[in-house]
Amino acid sequence: MSDPTAPAPAVSPPPPAPAASPGPVSSGPVSSGPVPSGPASAAAAATVPATLPAEATNAVLILGAASDIGAAIARAHAAEGRPLILLARQPARLEREAADLRLRHGVAVQLLPLDVLDLAAHAPLLDSLPVLPATVISVVGLLGEQPRSAADPAEAERVMRTNYLAPALFLGEVANRMEARGSGTIIGISSVAGDRGRASNYVYGSAKAGFTAFLSGLRNRLAGKGVHVVTVKPGFVDTQMTAGMNLPKPLTAQPEEVAKAVLAAEARGRDVIYVRPVWRVIMSIIRGIPEPVFKRRNL
Amino acid sequence: MKLSGWGRYPRVDCARAVMRDAEGARATVLGQESLIARGNGRSYGDASLNARCTLSTLRSDRLLAFDPASGRVTCEAGLLLSELLAFSVPRGWFAPVTPGTRFVTIGGMVAADVHGKNHHLAGTFGNHVESLLLLTADGAVRRCARDENADLLRATIGGMGLTGVILEVTFCLIPVETGAIRQETLRAGSFDEIMALCEESEGWTYTVAWIDCLARGKRLGRSLLYRGEHATRAEAPDATLAPPGRKLRNVPVDFPRIALNPWSMRAFNALYYGRGRPGTALVDYVTYFYPLDAVGEWNRIYGRGGFTQYQCVIPKAASRAGITAVLEKVSAAGMGSFLAVLKLFGAEGEGLLSFPTEGYTLTLDFPVDTATLNLLLELDAIVADHGGRLYLAKDSRTGARMMRRGYPRLDEFLALRERYDPHRRFESLQSQRLDL
Ligand SMILES: Cc1cc2nc3c(=O)[nH]c(=O)nc-3n(C[C@H](O)[C@H](O)[C@H](O)COP(=O)(O)OP(=O)(O)OC[C@H]3O[C@@H](n4cnc5c(N)ncnc54)[C@H](O)[C@@H]3O)c2cc1C
Ligand SMILES: NC(=O)c1ccc[n+]([C@@H]2O[C@H](COP(=O)([O-])OP(=O)(O)OC[C@H]3O[C@@H](n4cnc5c(N)ncnc54)[C@H](OP(=O)(O)O)[C@@H]3O)[C@@H](O)[C@H]2O)c1
Repeated sequence: MSDPTAPAPAVSPPPPAPAASPGPVSSGPVSSGPVPSGPASAAAAATVPATLPAEATNAVLILGAASDIGAAIARAHAAEGRPLILLARQPARLEREAADLRLRHGVAVQLLPLDVLDLAAHAPLLDSLPVLPATVISVVGLLGEQPRSAADPAEAERVMRTNYLAPALFLGEVANRMEARGSGTIIGISSVAGDRGRASNYVYGSAKAGFTAFLSGLRNRLAGKGVHVVTVKPGFVDTQMTAGMNLPKPLTAQPEEVAKAVLAAEARGRDVIYVRPVWRVIMSIIRGIPEPVFKRRNL
Repeated sequence: MKLSGWGRYPRVDCARAVMRDAEGARATVLGQESLIARGNGRSYGDASLNARCTLSTLRSDRLLAFDPASGRVTCEAGLLLSELLAFSVPRGWFAPVTPGTRFVTIGGMVAADVHGKNHHLAGTFGNHVESLLLLTADGAVRRCARDENADLLRATIGGMGLTGVILEVTFCLIPVETGAIRQETLRAGSFDEIMALCEESEGWTYTVAWIDCLARGKRLGRSLLYRGEHATRAEAPDATLAPPGRKLRNVPVDFPRIALNPWSMRAFNALYYGRGRPGTALVDYVTYFYPLDAVGEWNRIYGRGGFTQYQCVIPKAASRAGITAVLEKVSAAGMGSFLAVLKLFGAEGEGLLSFPTEGYTLTLDFPVDTATLNLLLELDAIVADHGGRLYLAKDSRTGARMMRRGYPRLDEFLALRERYDPHRRFESLQSQRLDL
């Protein structure tokens, strides 16, 4: 278990689909129609509570839960019996995932909408939760396209805000609440791209650098206050964000590996982790290259 | 990215797309002129390969509904059987049909219409499918069941992904009292003996035989028969339903070809036969059904060139003559196989391209090289002459003529394909090779 102070997992009633239900399969016929938009049969498993009970003190909140990495982290936590609050811009897209989590692991899963760029929504959302989660994880990010970000300030701003400003402010709000409570874990998914600015992705990288520095400062501030902060630098990960890129296999993690590393870091109180250890080496070499040499390389 | 089937032959650079939900899959299907779905790539050959677009289903793996009273399950097609069993066995439910590895997707089990050691009683996996959702070439999602789009269901079961992308499957699990299997091992000294044993074991739920394919002459067909039943609580009071915890060990590197030669194979086969102790034992379901799963990436023992599995079935009346002829040809060529498996199938199912039909099925492994490919052409002739056919999920090399000779319902399949996918959006390297 990742949070030793937490009480026994608040297990919600076992999965539904009682014998009397009219057959757990597809609601509504889909024959030869167009693709069901909120796909067909998700409704079936949805009788485990869709909100968290207030005594669920070991809950995990994931910001960006619809990403491949976010979904993998949600699954890994559910497998440990921890209830979940999943945030996404369109939570309806998470209905099936939530059905699966409730069914397989019998945990409560609550879905809530949040556009993290809507800064004014952060505090009200946190205050509306049935319980301040034990663990809060930000997975949000936006790679964008570097040439576009270089040419269009509005696009660069969106990338900067999504990777730095918005998640940092959100976690800042969380930190204040956790500090007051005297316990909690905050995890930010940053990136190795923040370790050194490179021609190929410096708008994204600089925002991640800011995020990394913010997490580092937060960790410093909260050390000794019962709140632990983890910075995750995944390296390449095989996700939607990197679809179509030709990533070198030995350097590329699967989302499930990221999730495993995140849970391990949480349990062991690690500060900064690289998912595949080789990335620590690569980045220390890249950071060590003198600027006059670095600037002539196309990295 | 370079993709291959489990045999690692052929290996092809394929553009990969990932299915996360139905809308995404639909956009991919409508946006591509040529594509094929791919589950966990456990078919041996080129059935799940398309250089222009190979659509991975592994990220659509949600378990959507489970009825603890009837064992009815609805899941997305990319769910792995291993994950399903991890969920269901502790609740007292097992798969109605399972192949010899649990690292397959439910969609792949439908598309290849897989069979297990209980085929003579339970039929194929498709037999247990109540309904499925199929995304067809026009972008529509069709519910296929025995009372709705029944023709499309028959074409999709065993249809190797050529009718569309299976999105969801509903089927019933079978109840079990423990996660253990009561296994009985018997020895047979000849082909006639093993056939007799198979036939008198038809009352057993699970039967399968391992043949020493290097034995010749009078010993030809010497084998071990394994038969099994799900153990009851009374038989296995100590057996739990919990999955046995075991770490996978990977084959670390590609074996050099030299490691596999007629002598090492002969030694392996002789040893295996000698070690198979007749008698009864209780084994956990993983050991019983999935012995090879304990070694991850075991396909690498065949080296870089890859290997192919040759699985044929020959109708019962001709089985004895056909299988002996195949074994004699293999033995004469000195090309033993690590794995030689014999099983008696029950009646044919409804899938138009479904492989099993009543008779004996023989499975052999070979490293891929010219000698093998030539030998397999000779085996094809023997199989076809005895009225038999080859399993598409294992095939990477046969030809369109062999396909046509073995599958009498091929034209019915092609007519349906023409109706639902006139532009042949769904195609694999295999379907191109076999004119499907
Ligand atoms: C060790 C081992 C033992 C085996 N033992 C057996 C056995 O005992 N009995 C048996 O029958 N088979 C056996 N097989 C073969 C295996 O069960 C089948 O090849 C199965 O189809 C593999 O599933 P997959 O998810 O890996 O599919 P893939 O190999 O990825 O694909 C197989 C076919 O299914 C299609 N497909 C996959 N998913 C979908 C989808 N969602 N929609 C439409 N089409 C789809 C693909 O296009 C392809 O044509 C064995 C394989 C191995 C490696
Ligand atoms: N893939 C890699 O190689 C890699 C490497 C290093 C670090 N990372 C980091 O890992 C994280 C996850 O990335 P991924 O690869 O899984 O890619 P992804 O699928 O693109 O994930 C991005 C996530 O950010 C969310 N998001 C973006 N803008 C948002 C907004 N305004 N409000 C709310 N949510 C917003 C998205 O949510 P919606 O579902 O609402 O769109 C999505 O869940 C990111 O922080 C990324 O920078 C990835």
